[in-house]
Amino acid sequence: MGYVVSKEAFDQVLQKLGEKYRLYAPVRKVGEGRFTDTDVVRYDFVNRLEDMELDAKSDYAFKEILTPLSQTLFFFTEGETKEADMDISDAIVFLRACDLHAVKSLDDIYLRNRFEDPFYKKIREHIKFALIGCASSFENCFCVDMGTNVAPDDYIFSIDAAGDQVKSAVCSDEVAEIFESISAKKEDVTPAHVTENPVHVEIPDQIPNSIFKSDIWDEYSSRCIGCGRCNIVCPTCTCFTMQDTFYSENGKVGERRRVAASCMINGYTNVAGGGQYRKSQGERMRFKVLHKISDHKKRFGHNMCVGCGRCDDVCPEYIKFSNIINKVDNAVEEEGR
Amino acid sequence: MSADINVKSLKKNAFRVSKHRGETASRVRIPGGLINAKSMVRITEIAEKYGNGSIFITNRQGVEIPGISLEDIDAVNKELQLCIDEAHINQEERDKGFPASGTRNVVACPGARLCPFGCYDTTAFAQKMEDQIFPNNRHFKVAFTGCSNDCAKVRMDDFGIMGMTEPQYDPDRCIGCGQCVDYCKIRSVGALKMVGGKVIRDTDKCIGCGVCVTYCPTRAWTRSKEHYFRVTLLGRTGKKNPRLAEDFMKWADEETVMKIVKNAYAFVEEYIDPNAYESKEHVGYIVDRTGFDEFYKWIMKDVTPNEKCEVNNRLYWGGKHYDVSNNIKPVGVNDIR
Repeated sequence: MGYVVSKEAFDQVLQKLGEKYRLYAPVRKVGEGRFTDTDVVRYDFVNRLEDMELDAKSDYAFKEILTPLSQTLFFFTEGETKEADMDISDAIVFLRACDLHAVKSLDDIYLRNRFEDPFYKKIREHIKFALIGCASSFENCFCVDMGTNVAPDDYIFSIDAAGDQVKSAVCSDEVAEIFESISAKKEDVTPAHVTENPVHVEIPDQIPNSIFKSDIWDEYSSRCIGCGRCNIVCPTCTCFTMQDTFYSENGKVGERRRVAASCMINGYTNVAGGGQYRKSQGERMRFKVLHKISDHKKRFGHNMCVGCGRCDDVCPEYIKFSNIINKVDNAVEEEGR
Repeated sequence: MSADINVKSLKKNAFRVSKHRGETASRVRIPGGLINAKSMVRITEIAEKYGNGSIFITNRQGVEIPGISLEDIDAVNKELQLCIDEAHINQEERDKGFPASGTRNVVACPGARLCPFGCYDTTAFAQKMEDQIFPNNRHFKVAFTGCSNDCAKVRMDDFGIMGMTEPQYDPDRCIGCGQCVDYCKIRSVGALKMVGGKVIRDTDKCIGCGVCVTYCPTRAWTRSKEHYFRVTLLGRTGKKNPRLAEDFMKWADEETVMKIVKNAYAFVEEYIDPNAYESKEHVGYIVDRTGFDEFYKWIMKDVTPNEKCEVNNRLYWGGKHYDVSNNIKPVGVNDIR
């Protein structure tokens, strides 16, 4: 089931949805890019279609609503603690097929990894998804080879904007009612998805532990600067670290936060006593890559990497994650010979 | 047969009197150092047809075409018209070449068009400045550089304009990775420190270079919407008293910068030594005679600096005073016994 409406009519749909949900979508932040007079596309709350940036891949992923970059968990003073208030009102997150696949990995880690994370769960229960169709592939996308080019079913409606029209496949009665209420034209709609990317990867079925000793990682010890931008923009990176901070005016009061962490930034594997499990950037790269294309799959049955290519878009050293996957594949193949 | 040519007019027409009798060099202005390929081809043609086949790249981003016969000046000026038109250089009469040479080519580093550290479009500002101050026979050197690295070496000029950005901090996006703090220390002045997992910026110490923004992995740091400028005054090279420019303003806006440079011309008209050799006296040496207070009065005429702008109204310069003493002595004279 689907509807075809004008952009103005679609705004009415958004307005009605907005009465109940916060709408979270990619937004072009003019002038907020890394370099002078450049933009960044990242997620924020919107009201109307024109607030959304649908013609570009977002530089940062949707995950910030589920796993905030910095989140105060509770406040403490002397013998008492108080959980921080959280804005957990219902929200609809607009995302692309690859990102909708990424939600699975976030849920794996926070809900199905032996424990349920209560903070994540509280937000997650209030989130629904709307699918942004992909009319064509962006630079560095490799969703087709990762099998994430077609969205899983858990979206309530889709959005494909072309010209003056918006086409929506609708999978929820609640949303269908809204379209009906504005007498939208019914039509069979299939969300657009890409079937071909410029970038291709081959992932070996089995990656032997001997890959640890491969020299393919060595170059990254000098190339990678350990900035962690790849992790921050990744829709599936979930690592966080804790900060306990005491307010300077009164050292008896403070708060505990969790903040995003990066396995590529120095300090990630520091342990008491001064130990550090992965010292070189090459080792850190190995850990990251194998987690994305092998280790997560061993536990949860699917790869973590969804092939969005944001890590390749953002890397200041032009390190290509997709190319590393292929290097792993070659190394495994060579060893098998 | 020696040509009968008014050498004074020749110089003002941007031709250098060569040490080789009968020969001259054409000095081509390239405001902001950016020249289109078409003009470069024309310069090449002139060098091959009228010059000796070589082109000299000047220190102020212009070019000089040497080896031109004094007899060919009119022809060369006609050919230069294309370069003058393409660079939009103000001209009193077409086909007569450059109308002045006193106000030197306005210099700019590549700036934000290319450089990751550039805080504004140096080329555009340089071209705008050129349009406002050229042609003029008064000896002025104005230079633009994108950030505090000062690759354009504007501290050697009468008016140096350095780009600044005021870093904007969003603590909710900060993960406390500390890269801004580290890079500010390594690549800049160390104006940042980490307190309780968040970053504090010393606003007095911060030079607005934007390094924190460049290295922030999360967009917790972004650039201010406004472009700001540090203005340095009256640096110079030369025989008598070469010296670096001193800081006059910081956080100035474009309008303020433009006004004070233009105002300085009126000051020179008022105070230039009427008996100056070849009617040429550098603005810095005039200020040495009048005192800075008088100069300040003239350049600040009708200027209301933008609110953020900080102004230094007490300037003192150092540098070498070769007119007083030359303290390098023969080997042995200054040895400590």
